[in-house]
Amino acid sequence: MTGKVLLSVEGVTKAYPGVVANSDVSFQISEGEVHALLGENGAGKSTLVKMIYGLVRPDAGQMTLHGAPYHPAKPAEARRQGVAMVFQHFSLFEALNVAENVALGMENPPPLKALAGRIREVSQEYGLPLDPARMVGDLSAGERQRVEIIRCLLQDPKLLIMDEPTSVLTPQEVGILFKTLRQLASEGTAILYISHKLEEIRALCDEATILRRGKVVATCTPRDRTAREMAELMVGTVLTPPARSGRAKGDTALEVTGLSVASPIPFGTSLKDVSFKVRKGEVLGIAGVAGNGQDELLLALSGELKSAPGAVKIAGVAMGDTGPNDRRRAGLVAAPEERLGHAAAPDMSLVENALLSGVVRKGLTRRGFIDWGAAEVFAAGIVKDFDVRTPGTHVAARALSGGNLQKFVVGRELSQTPSVIVINQPTWGVDAAAAAAIRQAILDRASSGAAVVVISQDLDELLEIADDFAALNGGRLTQARPVEGLTVDEIGLMMGGTHGMEVAHHG
Amino acid sequence: MFGNIDPALLIAALMVNSVPIMLAATGELVVEKSGVLNLGVEGMMIMGAICGFVTAVVTGNPYLGFLGGALGAMALSAIFGFLTQVLQTNQVASGLALTLFGLGLSSLIGQSYVGIKPPATGDLPLGPLKDIPFLGEAVFGHDWMVYGSILIVAAVWWVLKYSRLGLILRAVGESHEAAHALGYKVTRIRMLAVLFGGALAGLGGAYVSLVRVPQWTDGITAGAGWIALAIVVFASWRPWRVLAGAYLFGGVSVLQLNLQAAGSVIPVEYLSMAPYLITILVLVIMSSGRGKAALAAPACLGQNFHASR
Repeated sequence: MTGKVLLSVEGVTKAYPGVVANSDVSFQISEGEVHALLGENGAGKSTLVKMIYGLVRPDAGQMTLHGAPYHPAKPAEARRQGVAMVFQHFSLFEALNVAENVALGMENPPPLKALAGRIREVSQEYGLPLDPARMVGDLSAGERQRVEIIRCLLQDPKLLIMDEPTSVLTPQEVGILFKTLRQLASEGTAILYISHKLEEIRALCDEATILRRGKVVATCTPRDRTAREMAELMVGTVLTPPARSGRAKGDTALEVTGLSVASPIPFGTSLKDVSFKVRKGEVLGIAGVAGNGQDELLLALSGELKSAPGAVKIAGVAMGDTGPNDRRRAGLVAAPEERLGHAAAPDMSLVENALLSGVVRKGLTRRGFIDWGAAEVFAAGIVKDFDVRTPGTHVAARALSGGNLQKFVVGRELSQTPSVIVINQPTWGVDAAAAAAIRQAILDRASSGAAVVVISQDLDELLEIADDFAALNGGRLTQARPVEGLTVDEIGLMMGGTHGMEVAHHG
Repeated sequence: MFGNIDPALLIAALMVNSVPIMLAATGELVVEKSGVLNLGVEGMMIMGAICGFVTAVVTGNPYLGFLGGALGAMALSAIFGFLTQVLQTNQVASGLALTLFGLGLSSLIGQSYVGIKPPATGDLPLGPLKDIPFLGEAVFGHDWMVYGSILIVAAVWWVLKYSRLGLILRAVGESHEAAHALGYKVTRIRMLAVLFGGALAGLGGAYVSLVRVPQWTDGITAGAGWIALAIVVFASWRPWRVLAGAYLFGGVSVLQLNLQAAGSVIPVEYLSMAPYLITILVLVIMSSGRGKAALAAPACLGQNFHASR
């Protein structure tokens, strides 16, 4: 199945001020091979593939492609030599149509009309139906990924790099993607597959290179290893899943009835008749593919987006038309997904950021003036309790790494003795140890009587901490069901099935 | 009320009057499509006006004058480009400062040029077309810049819609992160767009001082740059609508002058404020229809880009 060596990377090193992203990394990939790059966030996977794709230049080391030295100075050069990449955060333009987006990623695109024809052809061939004239902003996440994949396929790549391609897909869509990738591999294309989802890698990949803190710590054949073995190689320690204690469920703390609001976000998804209830001590997990109304739901619950008074009830009181501060007073805290610019003001210090959300519930003002002393104590408490790695509370929020800032903004909300907690993507971009700590903190708040709504795209996370499970699909929320006894197939159907994907017809 | 206004002359005056704002707005449209908001159009126009005037007077050649005007304004826009694209300064503040700087500098350069007449820019010889009744007088009796500016609008429209260059420019204005990830040089493309916008604003300014007025006085552009900025929004970033907008605003100001001359009963002050009032009105109407107009704006408009990692 696998042929001769296509790309070999030897001793590649790349350092940024203060951090060595890759140190002496070597691996090989052969024609027709599906090779996994495995590692936690920040292990250096993205930097490594950016070097292969010509976005970043290595400080030291060699790469050879087809046996010849390979030093792409820019992506255009990499593309000319047959290296294509599907990005983790899509490199698409929402206000342009599919054909224009594809053209932008190609070296010598044919005229748009001819290109539209070729897009149709290739999308049929690989079972990824796509209309070239549609605006990308109107497409679902799965469809957007198809745009990226087809953009790559049109250039007849020898090596296809996929950076965490499945994080935005339903289980069914993942199945179809894998079928397409296997078809490509059988045609001789090498695939470099980056992920931290171990079961996927076991199902798809022939070989795996495991990175930890920029170094290659192991190579293995994923089919011969258990997911747990690989996880421990990846993290370097033995992991303990969060403890879920039997919690007593109390009265209804948050009740949402027939919530319908228009999205304030361009190309966003409006909420349509969303209803659910969360009792004290209960964790409701809300899954869904990105862009199906998660951001809007958080806004509507936090009070940034107002609705009919009776649509949102906190402890039985209608609060749908009140703003965030009134809801904080009533006991509801919210942590949005976007850390910089939404959860935290990037250029303000941690103390100021702590004050901005904590002022109501922690009483950080005295006769209308800010009590800086108390704010400082509050911020320092968060840093200590949630193990935020920072030189001090005076530093600007943007100076913190993603994971540390996430710990800070989640910690800030959880430290306000809330009765209702709403969190969108609590562990996005956080390493495994910190993610476990955040999940444990959420469970601890629940066992002390808080009602929790966790919105996440990480199904494993939801299954680990939630009592009930519901999914957002096109702005509608499914009926909540107990997590126990749910199968992956059922979850996939709740998330909206395949979004019209079909399996490749040949190959 | 319109009794003694000749429609042919009115159209002729309208076409001439619209050239500066059409050129400046077309340039600004390209700049904004690339994601940069340059509020210094007024400053660049007036730099174009004085540089064009001085060049034309010194060389005695009006065509070199237009070239000089374009280069002068381009130099000013290069300062803006350097500040915002290289030094990452705030675009709104830099643009406003650019206008103030341009007004002051042009006044300084123009000290000894007040009261001089520039060499005349001749009409384009269109031969028999000029003898067509009405149309000949209204449409075919102008200098080459009038037709040139329409050609420029057509060219910008074609490039933005059909060429790869235009696609890349729109892509950069839509999402600089994605464009960077695909390997496009965001800063370089934006810098070139800013320079192009400067050159067109300069041409428009030179047209004011060389053809429309034609002489030099301080503040000669009289807010045309601000109207050009408004027209870009009014046109929802589409070139042919820029042309329509420029004719509309050009028409309103010509009409008010004619009405004044015809001895209208409406006080002069109201008539002269009409173009600016209409600018404000149009902007309010455009932005109140939320969504549609907002969606047409380039998504990265006014945001600075810095390539990290």
